[in-house]
Amino acid sequence: MSVLIHKSAAPKGNTRREKLGAYLWKHKYMYMMLIPAIIYYVVFCYVPMFGASMAFKKFNPMVGIWGSQWVGLKWFQQLFKLNKFYQVFWNTIYISCIRLLFGFPFPIIIALMLNEIRKPRVKRIIQTSIYIPHFISWVVLGGILTNLLSADNGIVNAAIKALGFKPIGFLTDSRYFIPTMVVSMIWKTFGWNTIIYLAALTSVDPQLYEAAIVDGANRWEQLVHITLPSISSTIVIMLIMRIGSLMQAGFEQIFVMYHPGVYGVADIIDTYVYRIGLQEGKFELASAVGLFKSVINFALIVGANKVARLFGEEGVY
Amino acid sequence: MMIAKRKNRIRRSAGSVIFDTLNLLILCLLAFSTIYPFWDTLVVSFSSLKSYLSSSVHLWPKEWSVEGYSYMLSNPLLWTSYGNTLFITIVGTCINMLITIMTSYVLSKTYLRGHRVITFLCVFTMMFSGGIIPTYMVIKDIGLLNSVWAMIIPTAISTYNMIILRNFFSAMPRELEESATLDGCTEIGVLFRIVLPVSLPAITTVTLFYAVDHWNDFFSAIMYINRQKSWPLQLFLRSMLYENEAAYQSGGESLFLLGQPMKMAAVMMAIIPIMCAYPFFQKYFTKGVMTGAIKG
Repeated sequence: MSVLIHKSAAPKGNTRREKLGAYLWKHKYMYMMLIPAIIYYVVFCYVPMFGASMAFKKFNPMVGIWGSQWVGLKWFQQLFKLNKFYQVFWNTIYISCIRLLFGFPFPIIIALMLNEIRKPRVKRIIQTSIYIPHFISWVVLGGILTNLLSADNGIVNAAIKALGFKPIGFLTDSRYFIPTMVVSMIWKTFGWNTIIYLAALTSVDPQLYEAAIVDGANRWEQLVHITLPSISSTIVIMLIMRIGSLMQAGFEQIFVMYHPGVYGVADIIDTYVYRIGLQEGKFELASAVGLFKSVINFALIVGANKVARLFGEEGVY
Repeated sequence: MMIAKRKNRIRRSAGSVIFDTLNLLILCLLAFSTIYPFWDTLVVSFSSLKSYLSSSVHLWPKEWSVEGYSYMLSNPLLWTSYGNTLFITIVGTCINMLITIMTSYVLSKTYLRGHRVITFLCVFTMMFSGGIIPTYMVIKDIGLLNSVWAMIIPTAISTYNMIILRNFFSAMPRELEESATLDGCTEIGVLFRIVLPVSLPAITTVTLFYAVDHWNDFFSAIMYINRQKSWPLQLFLRSMLYENEAAYQSGGESLFLLGQPMKMAAVMMAIIPIMCAYPFFQKYFTKGVMTGAIKG
């Protein structure tokens, strides 16, 4: 019996392997085209994922991450004792939430307003101009802000002074720093973010509006009963993506514009990791902070997607 | 649609007219608020330091000066960083496109075994990352630190752009490729002779996405590049904007370097190329976002 099985199994396995071999051979060029991407993802995404094990090791540069000795949760214990850690964690959440609260609805409102414009040329001119800030770098934005918000020669403070108030140090005063970051971030991104909603709006069936008009619906009723429901799934998907990136409070922007005077409010997880890791050389502690962030980030994405599915939406993945 | 419009015109109530006027007004103000900062920057960059200091609303230079620009243009570091950024943008975008097209084309073929697993492994990297420090370690171990290649290879493919292109490829009609295959075209031949020419608009969009990302890349620069010789434009700009301050306080630099006109000239140098290209690539951008948007 066993001999029989053995006999019948062996050739079967062979043919299967041959079949797979033949299949791969037939599509060899297709699979070969994947090689650069596979190397990229392994080296720059998956190796660092395992490299994050550094957070549980005593890093020894001589033997690399892999050869270093395990130290368990030592760095996390040290981390959770640092007041600074709670501060940067809170700052990250705070900045992200404020951005979500104001920055998320804003492009939706603007897209709806643009949708109400009847003259295509006017609409196009407005669109063209509000997309521009998307294309500048954060460093350029920093330069433009120092110009506009200068206490002595900036137009914003000129207006404030004209109204009889004292000039505000938007970039130097820690009370105003975060609002300045959030507003400038919204300024840079809102136009671009309207595109996706405008795309969703163009796909709304015009017959729906015709039917509504025949039924005597005014423009507000059309908005509430036709337009908004038609783009609601786009809104949900965008919201999931935003929630999934709550741990990204805008490293580049803050890194360009912050200074020790505002560390108390502006230091976020990423800037903290950069400073303690790359500037002070505490690689393990910085990896621990980074890993903590990645795990929360992952949980947020998965969680947001689950919630969206519960509400009957498709989800992102 | 026509009927709807005509009916609407008849029905336009006073409220509707007021709404339209207000709507247009607010949007125009918003458009103005996105344009004005650039205009202000441009005007300041062409003003003399003295005239800049004497006013705070800059609608037109009171006293023209190209001092800022002439200082910039005579600074050798500007030219090295411009050269580096050009190199990074051109070579980087070519590498990006080569890898992105190959990967997204293969992954758009749903009949290929394993495409699901590989797509998942790509998308997973958007959800979870090892973090800044382990990535830095990899780049250090490979020996890319302080080389312009550190701004090209670690960003060789963007999963987001790859998915955009993959969605575009999968939306293409099957018959197109099948007829070519019947005529004896290989899979590679189909890609180059049929798929690429047909999807030129999407390809252009993704190319521009990558190019702008490289031009504006600041993250890779501060992470991996210290040596001035490898500085891209963004690092040069940052040092012009923020670091002269420190140099002045230690007594090294002249007061002029602190002046806003010089700094704004530096800003203009970084945005002029993008602003010149913007009118031409604008329409591709919006189209690309729309094709990619449906199944992000």
